[in-house]
Amino acid sequence: MPAGTLYRGREGMWSWVAHRVTGVLIFFFLFAHVLDTALVRVSPEAYDSVIATYKIPLVNLMEYGLVAAILFHALNGLRVVAVDFWAKGPKYQKQMLWTVVGIWVVLMAGSFYPVLEHTLRTWFGG
Amino acid sequence: MSTDTNDLVVPSVHAHTGKGLGTGNPADAFVVEPARTRTRKTPRRTRTNFEMLAWLFMRLSGVVLVVLVLGHLLINLMLDGGVSRVSFAFVAGRWASPFWQGWDLLMLWLAMLHGANGMRTVINDYAEKDATRLWLKGLLGVATVFTVLLGTLVIFTFDPNI
Repeated sequence: MPAGTLYRGREGMWSWVAHRVTGVLIFFFLFAHVLDTALVRVSPEAYDSVIATYKIPLVNLMEYGLVAAILFHALNGLRVVAVDFWAKGPKYQKQMLWTVVGIWVVLMAGSFYPVLEHTLRTWFGG
Repeated sequence: MSTDTNDLVVPSVHAHTGKGLGTGNPADAFVVEPARTRTRKTPRRTRTNFEMLAWLFMRLSGVVLVVLVLGHLLINLMLDGGVSRVSFAFVAGRWASPFWQGWDLLMLWLAMLHGANGMRTVINDYAEKDATRLWLKGLLGVATVFTVLLGTLVIFTFDPNI
């Protein structure tokens, strides 16, 4: 690792770290996702069998994690755009980060049941 | 002091020439060249604006991707049972519409290029050896071109009656 990787800490650096980590995770998923979707060109059975993996409760939980990563990356990305293009962006970057975190928490709570409905029904019936 | 102080009086823009800051103090005769000083050897125009265009692309594609990807997640993971209804028949139904084909095609291209450029930045930041950087970026380029072309081919040649 390069020396002095702890830049200045606080909101600016940690949001940058989180943006980078979520970005790399999303990219690796995207790569796998294009490949699994390509199975629609092989046969309906091949596609449905790989999609069955997505419906396993543990994988479904990972999908909720994917949603978490994408939502943060999307919201913080809009904050980065605001910092770069809005004259007062740099001044309000901390407030914007906490706004991002707030919206993220609300959206994560809202998507909990819709994303995990399949698993919850598998485990608890209904 | 034998140095003629008049020789040391130069405009600050020439400070890097070794003639000093013009203070008259020989200790100031050699100064560190200010960052980004344009010298006679600096090309009038750097090779391309590639890094600026990449920076702009990340912001523009990012804003479009927020809409495309969040819409994709809403339809495929959340609405009406979410992942439980995804199947070959579901995909066939979606891709029967040119609108959703276009949506997925644009999302594929923008997301792959946005992600690949992000990975390029990460590689540049952490791979310190020239050879390592070259190999990682080569691998990234091959994987990106392959994935984008494969995905494009799949969208354009999809056959619901396969």
